[in-house]
Amino acid sequence: MNPAPKHAARLIATDALQSNAAHELPQGEGHDLETALRESQVAAVLDRLDSELIGLAPVKGRVRDICALLLVDTLRRQAGLNTGAPSLHMSFTGNPGTGKTTLALRMAEILHRLGYVRKGHMVAVTRDDLVGQYIGHTAPKTREVLKRAMGGVLFIDEAYHLYRPENERDYGQEAIEILLQEMENHREDLVVVFAGYKDRMDRFFASNPGLSSRIAHHIDFPDYTPAELLAIAKLMLRGMEYELTAAAEATLREYIEKRQAQPHFANARSIRNALDRARLRQASRLFARRGSRLTRTDLMTIEPADIRASRVFTAATQGPAHGQDPANSFSGSQS
Amino acid sequence: MRLTQGAFSFLPDLTDAQIGAQIEYCLQRDWAVSLEYTDDPHPRNTYWEMFGMPMFDLKDAAGILRELDACRRTFPNHYIKLNAFDATRGIESLRLSFIVGRPGNEPGFDLRREEGRGRQVRYTMRSYATQRPAGQRYDAADPT
Repeated sequence: MNPAPKHAARLIATDALQSNAAHELPQGEGHDLETALRESQVAAVLDRLDSELIGLAPVKGRVRDICALLLVDTLRRQAGLNTGAPSLHMSFTGNPGTGKTTLALRMAEILHRLGYVRKGHMVAVTRDDLVGQYIGHTAPKTREVLKRAMGGVLFIDEAYHLYRPENERDYGQEAIEILLQEMENHREDLVVVFAGYKDRMDRFFASNPGLSSRIAHHIDFPDYTPAELLAIAKLMLRGMEYELTAAAEATLREYIEKRQAQPHFANARSIRNALDRARLRQASRLFARRGSRLTRTDLMTIEPADIRASRVFTAATQGPAHGQDPANSFSGSQS
Repeated sequence: MRLTQGAFSFLPDLTDAQIGAQIEYCLQRDWAVSLEYTDDPHPRNTYWEMFGMPMFDLKDAAGILRELDACRRTFPNHYIKLNAFDATRGIESLRLSFIVGRPGNEPGFDLRREEGRGRQVRYTMRSYATQRPAGQRYDAADPT
């Protein structure tokens, strides 16, 4: 009836035989879990989670808790103990750019390795993909999306948009009802993740108590500290094969502090945008001296000036650098 | 008379688990699976009615199996077939098609011979079921 956990049970079955049967001795040893963890290969994903997602300690803690619960559940089933079908639907709340989508991707992989979803893909949707435009359009549209997400994780971004209390004829409510029904009836087929900004999601759940109570894991994403943001920037740059000079790193630190104080700060996403613009400026700086030959280091290095030219600095100092480079005035509306 | 059209039709009916495995095979190859139904099983009737849209971008058989359940509930006395369409450029046609649902009672076909000029014989055939109007052809209640 529930093929997914069976698959997980099989993963651990060999292990149980090796350690002389958890069957007869359900009290077992800690050793069992260790091997189960290794066999499910979740440890690799968790390690990657640690190295690729900087900060977010409470979130990682929750993910580990969930992993532990699922592993213990499979062992309990192995030992013939009663395990309730786990409800895995989650809600991720947090400010923009705090890694909600990334974590959902990892979560899909983790659940797949533990055998709780069959395919481990993630389908990311927003209100537009679920809610129709006229009467009778919503249900098929939502079902279509649910069909695509079967065997994986359905990630609903900015889920609070689904519910619009100001318009009582809004079709969003219908989408929510179908989602609820599917979340309840087809637990083994898909996991739904609702994501959005903290305050608006809280209001969303408050007005849909049925939904909130069917979500087992509410995970809140904290904002990053400046040091974490710097580490993220370095990780991104390494991925793009760029390098910061020591001076540029100091400038970037300064940039992050200034940018954080400004409105519309979107954590890691703002950092990514800032780096993209720094790359633009680096490219035009290199282009300006096109007479000389460029070395590999030249092509990789980001100088303080590339970051310093950002509007974040000019806006803060109200001016002296402002007139220097007219191109900066439209170099990015956000920063 | 048991209708034999499409793949696997000389085998006993596939179980849902077997159908699911076939669907998994199709999805692995990125074929779009669709369902069709009819109550006119003449072999030349190639275009059956579509049950919903072809299902693109699915990853798991569960979604299609549920659609199949819905189709069987809606048309318990029709033939239902499952098609897998390969959209690869240069192929763009069905790769697999097999019957996944049939009416309880299949009366078979009536073969007619017509004497033509010069003692030439022309053959035509017609399902006994199609003597009745569409929608009432395979009512389980009365075996014609």
